[in-house]
Amino acid sequence: MASNRIRKSALPGFRFSIGFTILYLSLIVLIPLAGLVVKTAGLTFPQFWETVTSQRVLASYRVSLLTALFAALVNVVFGLVVAWVLVRYRFPGKKIIDGLVDIPFALPTAVAGIALTSIYAPNGWIGRLLDPLGIKVSYTPLGITVALIFIGVPFVVRTVQPVLQELEAEMEESAALLGAYRWRTFRKVLLPELVPPLITGFALAFARGIGEYGSVVFISGNMPLKTEITPLLIITKLEQYEYSQATAIALVLLIISFALLLLINTLQRWTNRRLRSA
Amino acid sequence: MAGAVTTVASLSSEARPKHLTEARPVRYLLIAIALLFIGVVIVLPMITVLSEAFRKGWSAYMDAIRDPDALAALRLTLLTAAIAVPLNTIFGVAAAWGITKFKFRGKNLLITFIDLPFSVSPVISGLVYILLFGAQGFFGPWLIGHDVKIVFAIPGIVLATMFVTFPFVARELLPLMEAQGVQDEEAAVSLGAKGWRTFWKVTLPNIKWGLLYGIILCNARAMGEFGAVSVVSGHIRGETNTLPLHIEILYNEYQYTASFAVASLLMLLAIITLVIKGLIEGKLASSKRGH
Repeated sequence: MASNRIRKSALPGFRFSIGFTILYLSLIVLIPLAGLVVKTAGLTFPQFWETVTSQRVLASYRVSLLTALFAALVNVVFGLVVAWVLVRYRFPGKKIIDGLVDIPFALPTAVAGIALTSIYAPNGWIGRLLDPLGIKVSYTPLGITVALIFIGVPFVVRTVQPVLQELEAEMEESAALLGAYRWRTFRKVLLPELVPPLITGFALAFARGIGEYGSVVFISGNMPLKTEITPLLIITKLEQYEYSQATAIALVLLIISFALLLLINTLQRWTNRRLRSA
Repeated sequence: MAGAVTTVASLSSEARPKHLTEARPVRYLLIAIALLFIGVVIVLPMITVLSEAFRKGWSAYMDAIRDPDALAALRLTLLTAAIAVPLNTIFGVAAAWGITKFKFRGKNLLITFIDLPFSVSPVISGLVYILLFGAQGFFGPWLIGHDVKIVFAIPGIVLATMFVTFPFVARELLPLMEAQGVQDEEAAVSLGAKGWRTFWKVTLPNIKWGLLYGIILCNARAMGEFGAVSVVSGHIRGETNTLPLHIEILYNEYQYTASFAVASLLMLLAIITLVIKGLIEGKLASSKRGH
């Protein structure tokens, strides 16, 4: 360890690089986030509690959590199919499909928002087909879910893909030799390996969905108690100059996000260990 | 987030023996489901942007793009990216150098802090600067006294953009430089090279593809960010509107064609970003293998 330290310090720039990192990190990220906590601490606990549990705020958590949950579940199912097909089969246009998976990362959310709204509006390409069936998408929670499905596509696909790639064919081979049918091999041999990345992808998509704003505001209709998501409610409170209320709600959202981040990091460490030992 | 993106070399189904792949109908069914899902969820919105943008023809499209407010929004978007991206790039390189070339306590905590902006809602990323620099904020009274405007003005937009794009470059460089180790740099230093020279001549050539990868992802997000910027922008046409905010204003004024025309510019940026990303990925994979 001691010799290690001496060997490492042969390179220059430790103080400068870490000093600059910590300074810049503090100025841009840590101090602003700390300001949020300090501002909320200005409220008494009953005031805080009353704000974050008022009927309209509770309804917004419900909308945000349920739509994000449902969208993430849809992405787990279809994300697995997309990752499977991309890793294991050969078909024309495969490279393009692989590239398209990243579009939700690169396409600005406002662009996705207006495009989805016009597709699912009652006179839009898909809305027109669903309207006679009595299904309304734009300006309903279903519309919010559609936007969050778009946003979440890459998360599940990109966490499952590398794991599927690494899985040894030998494992499946021996299962097949032992007489297992394909479906049984999948369930008993492959699926257990795929569960950790699927949960990670789910949690990433879910966390992103809870905080998402740009793609949702256009399609949601923003009706209090019905289609108002928590991030939008924060903006509404800000526009009414209710700074402490906006801050209190933001803190709750932040705590939910950090809890998910902790879960995701734990899961990823677990997956990486399994991958390395495989 | 961007760190989750991995290059995958394809393993063809032909390479897999028959008993290790699915029956043909099952294969075709799964491919059909995947294509339909990507088609409906991702391709359809992209086609919609183009079809709505050109609904009233080429000249209406060009009018929307050449509109003075649209050009002002484009200038502000470029200016914001021109400040935020280089600063976050310098930070990313410094952080990756310090974290991967040295051993110290608290390294994991530092990495967690760097990742924080990825898990914060964009709305909160804007809100924190209002709490600091707004009229009711911590520095509000002082700023008003000195007639300095940060939020609801351009500096606020730049700060909020820096916050949301903060981790991109560092995230790409950390695993790459970790994998490359310190041998090359140590060799250079032992041969008498100075610190900066070692960095320019040894480290930079090794990390250039990863660095470029991080920069283009950072840039795409910087130019496209909507939520955080929306909170801190004063929404003043021609002054504090970026391209994504301009899209929103046009849309809310029922100028759909113009709104989608501007949106098509940002979609083009996204496509170019992904094409470059695809080209870099091959080089990146070989620079990781080379060490």
